[in-house]
Amino acid sequence: MEDLTSLKQEKENQELAEIGPPWEGVTAVSSQDPEPELSQPFESEQGLETESGSRSSPPPSPQARVSTPLGEVIGAGAPSPPSPLREASSMPSPLALAMQDFAAPSPSQSDRTPSVIPESETQHSDHLEQSSDEMEENTFQQSQLPEFHLFEEPREVDNNNFQQKELRFDILEEEDSNSNYELSQPEPGASEVAPSMLEIAIQNAKAYLQQTSSNSGLNLYDHLSNMLTKILDERPENPVDIIENISQDVKMAHFSKKLDTLQNENEMLPAYEIAEKQKALFLQGNLEGADQELEEEIVENCLPNIMESAFYFEQAGVGLGADETYRICLALKQLTDTHPIQKCRFWGKILGMEMNYIVAEVEYREGEDEEEVEEEDVVEERDNGESEADEDNEDEDELPRSFHKAPQVIPKEESRTGTNKYVYFVCNEPGRPWVKLPSVVPAQIVIARKIKKFFTGRLDAPVISYPPFPGNESNYLRAQIARISAGTHVSPLGFYQFGEEEGEEEEEVEGGRDSFEENPDFEGIQVIDLVESLSNWVHHVQHILPQGRCNWFNPTQKSEEEEEEDEEKEEEEEKEEPDSIEQEVGPPLLTPISEDLEIQNTPPWTTRLSSNLIPQYAIAILRSNLWPGAYAFSNGKKFENFYIGWGHKYSPDNYTPPVSPPVQQEYPSGPEITEMDDPSVEEEQAFRTAQAAAVLPAEENEETEEDEDEEDDYDQ
Amino acid sequence: MDAESLLLSLELASGSGQGLSPDRRASLLTSLLLVKRDYRYHRVLFWGRILGIMADYYIAQGLSEDQLAPRKTLYSLNCMEWSLLPPATEEMALQTSVLKGRFMGDPSHEYEHTEMQKVKEGEKFFDEEVVVQIKEETRLVSIIDQIDKAVAIIPRGALFKTPFGPIHVNRTFEGLSLSEAKKLSSYFHFREPIELKNKTLLEKADLDPSLDFMDSLEHDIPKGSWSIQMERGNALVVLRSLLWPGLTFYHAPRTKNCGYIYVGTGEKNIDLPFML
Repeated sequence: MEDLTSLKQEKENQELAEIGPPWEGVTAVSSQDPEPELSQPFESEQGLETESGSRSSPPPSPQARVSTPLGEVIGAGAPSPPSPLREASSMPSPLALAMQDFAAPSPSQSDRTPSVIPESETQHSDHLEQSSDEMEENTFQQSQLPEFHLFEEPREVDNNNFQQKELRFDILEEEDSNSNYELSQPEPGASEVAPSMLEIAIQNAKAYLQQTSSNSGLNLYDHLSNMLTKILDERPENPVDIIENISQDVKMAHFSKKLDTLQNENEMLPAYEIAEKQKALFLQGNLEGADQELEEEIVENCLPNIMESAFYFEQAGVGLGADETYRICLALKQLTDTHPIQKCRFWGKILGMEMNYIVAEVEYREGEDEEEVEEEDVVEERDNGESEADEDNEDEDELPRSFHKAPQVIPKEESRTGTNKYVYFVCNEPGRPWVKLPSVVPAQIVIARKIKKFFTGRLDAPVISYPPFPGNESNYLRAQIARISAGTHVSPLGFYQFGEEEGEEEEEVEGGRDSFEENPDFEGIQVIDLVESLSNWVHHVQHILPQGRCNWFNPTQKSEEEEEEDEEKEEEEEKEEPDSIEQEVGPPLLTPISEDLEIQNTPPWTTRLSSNLIPQYAIAILRSNLWPGAYAFSNGKKFENFYIGWGHKYSPDNYTPPVSPPVQQEYPSGPEITEMDDPSVEEEQAFRTAQAAAVLPAEENEETEEDEDEEDDYDQ
Repeated sequence: MDAESLLLSLELASGSGQGLSPDRRASLLTSLLLVKRDYRYHRVLFWGRILGIMADYYIAQGLSEDQLAPRKTLYSLNCMEWSLLPPATEEMALQTSVLKGRFMGDPSHEYEHTEMQKVKEGEKFFDEEVVVQIKEETRLVSIIDQIDKAVAIIPRGALFKTPFGPIHVNRTFEGLSLSEAKKLSSYFHFREPIELKNKTLLEKADLDPSLDFMDSLEHDIPKGSWSIQMERGNALVVLRSLLWPGLTFYHAPRTKNCGYIYVGTGEKNIDLPFML
């Protein structure tokens, strides 16, 4: 459509160009001649064409075009009784200016009308600049006017023009007095020429625009007026750039009403739900406001000051957002209030695919729960059951039973020691209930070292892996937490020391001391020392042995004790298992991290000062390269550890699944497997003669031998 | 994330623990503004940070008015002085693909890599060890380019194709609706489309040419290389790439706030199939 009209325009331009010059020549000579009155309409027609042709595309016949120009000017100005007086009086000017404006941008026209444009343009632009203030003042009026035009007197062609020019409307009023009065003069004279033609053209165009689409039920006329209303209401910057989107928005708004009833209600439900739960966190302080003494007693020691450590970690560039940290803080408060907890710590956050885990590390007070004992019993019962069944089989028939014995189950460590020193609670989001993780079993750690899986965020999700993982995701999570804690929990040298009295008592095994206490005489370490030397940081969590425990458990020795009753078994085991397995030893507690193993030329730790600009108040930041996401800070006196990440260990090489176990060798071919050839006739005869020779000396033996022979024959 | 709304963006992306210390924030706010002025970028993105052993690289990107035009990448070690990185080439990617392990944090560090090359002498071939030296800067360029191509994302509708071809920021973008925000199909790769050409006409039939001009995430290989989560109730949707762990995309539904940031070691997670 646009192409067409532009083509037409081109033609017209050419036509006009032929006619034009004389007119313009006249205009240039004097503007008070009668001719300009004629020339202007042509100009204005052009302007209007560019406007109306491209926008609303009413295709009036060529004749109409030629004949209407005068009428249009008149139609715009004269027959508008309902419009306000002010408007009526100023009507000619916008049109006139519109035409000048249109003349300006299109080059072909500007070439032809050099005389008109310069003055009008300069005036116009000058005026625009000057009157920007007036613009603002007038915005109120303007914003009312468009709607008025749109809805009260819809006249297509002029209407569009008015819309376009309304912004300048008020400014132009002033110009009337000086520059444009000449232009407004011709109108009264021309007013009687062709009102009917104009009316028809307008009616035709309007009818066209109001045709209702068979698809959407809209018509362009309403749509345009809605769009313009929207633009004028919202006043976006450069509306011409986004006119397509506005059009789309208006159409969508038209349809969206019907969908409301279906969509609205359910959508926000989860958000409300979690908000409701978190509201409980914020309210808990009020509930316990009554017995504050009690609260102080309980909370005094165990609730960690998360906000403080979050502040320090923020210096390090890690940590959660401020509001989430505070919610976690409240959630921990809830945890400590509802459980008999002696010590609590925010361990970190493990990311999952569907949900994340927020992990709290706690230590119970003396009265701990007994759930764990039950679990152990179950495991043991299973073992016993199997062995008993095996024994029964042995008695009944003599077929050989399987010699394969499952590798000995290494018992888990007692709660409060080793890997089970702390109890871990997790929740998916602050406000949701805390779930206690089961205590970890060495086998789980051993297997967890061989696999690498993403956490899903559901604790009961199965862990499908090779080798098979004993347990579900909660066990895997617990195993990873144990490994990360053992690897990355560090403190400045001297902060913890071995408890003197306790140490002696508890040193039953050679494994080394496994308890420590805070050093009351700790004087702090210079931050700069912490940054420069890794030997100022020590591990305060026990190393986990390859066995999966912190303290060495001797499988051979223990097995004898357990099974003293079944003597037969004991013998077998002694044969199979080597007498002494070399004890696994790891670095002892409070070992400096400078002795940590390197990962293929990568140092295991990176230290940094939090700020190079203000070193006197900076803190030392430690980042683990072995467990990406593990951080520690220390300002010399205080320290904290924190983990956030996927819960996986770093390795420069890609993960390789463990090799499949060796295939068991078949029984070696030996005298027990191979058999003799059948006895030949000669042998038997020779045997008989030999027997006959020795009949007398051994009668009884003979019988038995014969029996055996017979039996052999049967077997074959 | 947009450099102009850096603080809000950081707050939104903080769920993954990837923050910036206050002094870094302040210096970024200052220096990125200057970068925008000096290099005459239309828009400056704070791209993220690559954790090195000795120091971290802070990465910013400058966009021209056409959002999909090749981006200029800058790096800085102290967030104040920015240096322009050369554009990445295929050759670089090939060259640096042999390198493993962490970044050192020193752009002039040279990795040594020995490789066997066949040398022809007369009729016979000899295996000869050739030591190739690769600068860390080259590796940095290549890794950033790979990450950008693989996992830089943008919600559907945030950009639109103008009739003249260039792609602009869509000012009328009001954010995804909640139901859309949970679907991978409403997110696009922030790069020139690759797979769009291969689609059949039938698949293209429903696409809006002014909006659907990029590849959507839903056909990423392997399936499940994205973790999509709703956080803070439903007020925030967070996409984490599992292929390049460390890339976090956030979007608050029904608002314009969206962006992505990479904080990580700059290593691809090639173990992904084992881990799902």
